[in-house]
Amino acid sequence: MSFNFTAPTRRQFLGTTAATAALGAFGAAPAFAQGAALKVGVLLPRSGILAQAGQACFRGAEIAAKILPAMGYNLEILSGDTESNVDQARARTEKLINDGAQVIIGAFDSGQTGAAAQVCEQRGIPLVANIAAAPQLTEQGYKTFFRNFPTSVDLVRNAFPLMKETFATSGKTPKTAILLHANDTFGMANKDAIEKLLPQANMPFTMLEPISYDPKAQDLSVEVAKAKATGAELVIVTTRAADAIMLVKEMVKQRWEPMGIVSPGSPGLYDAQFYKALGKYADFAITNLPWFNPTAELTKKVQAEFAKLYPNDAFDGYGFNIGCTLDAILVACDAFKRAGSAAPDALLAALRSTNLANHMMVGPAITFDAKGQNVNFSSAVVQNLKGRPTVVLPTSAAEAKPVWPMPGWSDAARG
Amino acid sequence: MPLDFYLNVIVSGILTGLIYGLAAMGLSVIFGVVRLVNFAHGEMMVLGMFGAVLLSQSFHLDPMLSAPLIALVLFVAGYGLQRGLLNRFIDRPDHQQFILLVGIAMMLVNGLLMGFGPDARAANVDYSFDSFAVGMLNLDKVRVYAAGTALLVAGLLFCFFRYSRIGTAIRACADNQLGAKVVGLDVPGLYAITFGLGAACVGVAGSLMSLVIDVRPQLAPEYTLLSFIIVIVGGLGSMGGALLGGVLIGVSEAVAGFVLLPSMKSMFSYGLLVLVLLLRPQGLLGKKG
Repeated sequence: MSFNFTAPTRRQFLGTTAATAALGAFGAAPAFAQGAALKVGVLLPRSGILAQAGQACFRGAEIAAKILPAMGYNLEILSGDTESNVDQARARTEKLINDGAQVIIGAFDSGQTGAAAQVCEQRGIPLVANIAAAPQLTEQGYKTFFRNFPTSVDLVRNAFPLMKETFATSGKTPKTAILLHANDTFGMANKDAIEKLLPQANMPFTMLEPISYDPKAQDLSVEVAKAKATGAELVIVTTRAADAIMLVKEMVKQRWEPMGIVSPGSPGLYDAQFYKALGKYADFAITNLPWFNPTAELTKKVQAEFAKLYPNDAFDGYGFNIGCTLDAILVACDAFKRAGSAAPDALLAALRSTNLANHMMVGPAITFDAKGQNVNFSSAVVQNLKGRPTVVLPTSAAEAKPVWPMPGWSDAARG
Repeated sequence: MPLDFYLNVIVSGILTGLIYGLAAMGLSVIFGVVRLVNFAHGEMMVLGMFGAVLLSQSFHLDPMLSAPLIALVLFVAGYGLQRGLLNRFIDRPDHQQFILLVGIAMMLVNGLLMGFGPDARAANVDYSFDSFAVGMLNLDKVRVYAAGTALLVAGLLFCFFRYSRIGTAIRACADNQLGAKVVGLDVPGLYAITFGLGAACVGVAGSLMSLVIDVRPQLAPEYTLLSFIIVIVGGLGSMGGALLGGVLIGVSEAVAGFVLLPSMKSMFSYGLLVLVLLLRPQGLLGKKG
């Protein structure tokens, strides 16, 4: 049963509906000074759908501003918020450069980093990517772009052998796998990398038709239902924090218990937010990715500063984002120190000859190839155990043994 | 693919659609009576979500129990807004009304960003990971409770408009504003009550939705747009149409996502919108003229 009010004109209603799509918020670009030094423009998605990761990365910049001066690096941090939006990333990069940034660090997301890279190339300002995996970023022939992060292809290439190693620990191997991924630049790049490398990787499972979704999706119940219907035994995901939470939540609700959830290098499963939102259900998810070196001297300094700045938070859930961002800033500061100038040409030349052994992430000295790519990354198997990301493989760096297959959602092992 | 997968997806779409419908009902009521396009509708919904999350985190209050409180707060806020500000714009040109409400929307969303930051927040309840197994159906407990509450609120609202004196007076205003003034009705006061009811309605929907999704201030424009689509599909000014529109959007997205590509599911909301506008421009339950 219904009744009707007098309806005003539809033209009035429809004409204005379209305008809502244009609604947006305006961010600010605050700065905090550390004296006359290298002006580092830190470009990150500090609001919007990637805000959790962007804010975690920015903690790396805040910590860098505290500890790098004591190591002989002078820097001033300028901050730009991309609002998780490619167009804003472009505009904010322009603004950071106009505000005096001599190098740009960022921008967590491949699409936004690509937009910033175009601006930096036009303006002749170096950009050191902290996190951005789409391979095409270093295939554009940019002279000002440097990436201290593996490409999607490298992430997947490193992940496949680690998956086999994980299965081998219990001898239980999934026969089928399905990929769930966001259909943004990073998600598509990861999917392409998996499809490209799978035939040569000799993996023990058959890959089923992948399922893509809008990265802004608020509900992934349909996606999970569709994936469950395939009967896949292994779930491979390319996520960020918000969608990772939704995926696992839906898997629990829909009582789908595959052998495991593995991410070949995407964020989400190890983020602090993931543990906060899912509690015991966050455990046993696996990510194969580069990780911070817990034994490095720099890591210890960072952890000490983190404890001072954020006493209520656990470092493990932030360590990856902080490590990548801090290392990228360190690369820029090191180049500035060696160049003795912030002039773009001098800074670019110094960046090309980078050979930085003392850094936070696992791996040998940071160097860049002719395309501006650091090719010296290796990955570890990081499994969520007892509410924290724990290195379980390779054995040489392992803090605990991997648990495979993952226990069911109501298994006593989850506490 | 086995039938139970389809049934589960359809039922899930219906349950989510009922909450969408309740949110859209608030917009429909305000639009049908006051003739204002409430651009701050999604923002009000997000206010309701944050209210529920805040009460859940601070006092461990279940969002379904906090819904009446949130409804009351939003009713007072909506009443005050209409009485103190929006009534002065009733006879102004449309674009002035739009800009005013867009301004209010931006103030609300940026206020939430300043107050709560951009991080997603969740109202955690003990049953947030539970589901009911009914035959071949696996029903998400949260959605079942939220959809049931949405139906109850919609029923109460319907009864209010149909059987109460104030509800009848509001409908008289909607039918003929001049006539209502002539017979001595306090039209500005009734508009304020209507706006308050619409705000309360969307506040309850927000509170219920906080059980289903993680809450961020930036969600607001999406829910404004979604409510507009539902109201147009269901029929402008029709309360039943809003519920029907919500269910249709919920089910069409769910089925399209399941059968085709999940990343294409939003396309079907707009497809349905275009189809309705072509075949039945007044909406499924709307009246011509």
